[in-house]
Amino acid sequence: MILGWILPVLVIAALIGLWQIAAADGAIAEALNIEPFLVPSPAEVGDALWNSRSLLLENAWVTLREILVGLGFGVLLGIALSVVMRFSWLVRDAFYPLAVALQAVPVVVIAPILVIWFGYGIWPKVIIVALACFFPVLVATLDGFRSVDPEAVKMMRTLDASRWATFRRVEAPTALPSFFSGAKIAVAVAPIVALFAELAGSNSGLMRLIVEDNNNFHEARVFAAAVVLAVIGVLLVGLTALAQRLVVTWR
Amino acid sequence: MSVVARGLSHAYGELRSLESIELEAQPGEVVALVGPSGCGKSTLLELACGLREPTAGTIAVEGSADAAGRLSHCAYMPQRDLLLPWFSALDNAALALRNRGAGRAEARSRAGELFERFGLAGFEGARPQELSGGMRQRVAFLRTLVAGKPVLALDEPFASLDAISRAEMQEWLAGALRADGRTVLLVSHDLEEALYLADRVLVLSARPGRLVKEVRAPDPRAADRDGAVTDPAFVAAREEALRALREGAHRGAAAPAVPYDSYMGIRNSSEGEEG
Repeated sequence: MILGWILPVLVIAALIGLWQIAAADGAIAEALNIEPFLVPSPAEVGDALWNSRSLLLENAWVTLREILVGLGFGVLLGIALSVVMRFSWLVRDAFYPLAVALQAVPVVVIAPILVIWFGYGIWPKVIIVALACFFPVLVATLDGFRSVDPEAVKMMRTLDASRWATFRRVEAPTALPSFFSGAKIAVAVAPIVALFAELAGSNSGLMRLIVEDNNNFHEARVFAAAVVLAVIGVLLVGLTALAQRLVVTWR
Repeated sequence: MSVVARGLSHAYGELRSLESIELEAQPGEVVALVGPSGCGKSTLLELACGLREPTAGTIAVEGSADAAGRLSHCAYMPQRDLLLPWFSALDNAALALRNRGAGRAEARSRAGELFERFGLAGFEGARPQELSGGMRQRVAFLRTLVAGKPVLALDEPFASLDAISRAEMQEWLAGALRADGRTVLLVSHDLEEALYLADRVLVLSARPGRLVKEVRAPDPRAADRDGAVTDPAFVAAREEALRALREGAHRGAAAPAVPYDSYMGIRNSSEGEEG
């Protein structure tokens, strides 16, 4: 357990150390044949993190809100659709192909359209994140429902269970682990999709900041923003895994 | 009569599983069904529980011949315990009460009384995966009892257990059935188990299952299993049943074999129907 934590931390520390030496020395810039100020060292990135902390936090909050609200809608939509499709094969057969088709249209294409329709605010981002997130949840949860033991359903019938009681006590718990697998994928893609959406048009947010800083050769802050995004990503995935451990206690 | 079957036949498409079964079970009687695998024993239980409809003939449980009526009078204990891993042993046992709309506290307290009586006290909060095979079967049996139906259909309740725990569980179940006094249909492939637990053993032939012989279990039997099964009357009854079982198996072999394809087709369609 302790070793499990120490090893990755050591690897990351070693990489940062190497990068510090190579960047301070100018070796990377030399190898890439560019100006040394374009290759910030970890220490400079740290400085940028600290000095621009309020700017970074402000924009991180914008992006995080897009991610969370979009995820919320997407996951709820995925759950609702999968439940309705479980109860009605008619709905499933009618709407599942549409869901697949919707998923097949790349986010990069939808994002600019939504910006034209809904403006520079949070909503085009929320819609895109939700669209990208409902699909993995829907597919995984439906898969989970498929793994319901027909014998258990039969047993519930002999124990006087209504359709709803069987769903609640057998089908839903059976599908929960699969649902979490889907939710983890959704959580992993949500930040990427939110950044794409910001790229298509926004007044604030981390992607907007990154583009601006990159244009101004402010590389240290670009890296700092990347660090903030990494932290957000790790936290989201970690929280989802934690929720799974708390809810799915029988595995 | 608690259970009455008249000319009861059932077929899965082309595949005949049961043919012209005549069966009567008195209230409180334990009737065992033995026969070669695939002879339709489990189908008979599913018919009794209203999970299937006969192709011909009738089956009535407590006077109800329709599927819904049979379902409401007959509780089914499947071969696998099918305990739900997300519920405690107590909540698993209380499932039927919860399904009928009882509150959690009430359902737990009513099922909890039986835990005491059936040697499961102290394991109320345990998850199924923390219990031994024998204890899981006990909880599954309690779940069936708690459903409160006059007829119990037990489908090879101890098939998954090792020999020693199976013998223990048979003693336990014999005691539980004596104490409870419900009508029981018990499917088994183990003659000793059938004769030890049941009042009467019906021997079925190979597919399609027909009644070959009825063997009365010696009465009275010793309560401890080892004593009961070594009793000369018991041994004689077992020999009689075994002979009938052998004959039935041969009779089945003489019947036209079912083509492999149609067997597969039936398997698939029955799976689809359940899913």
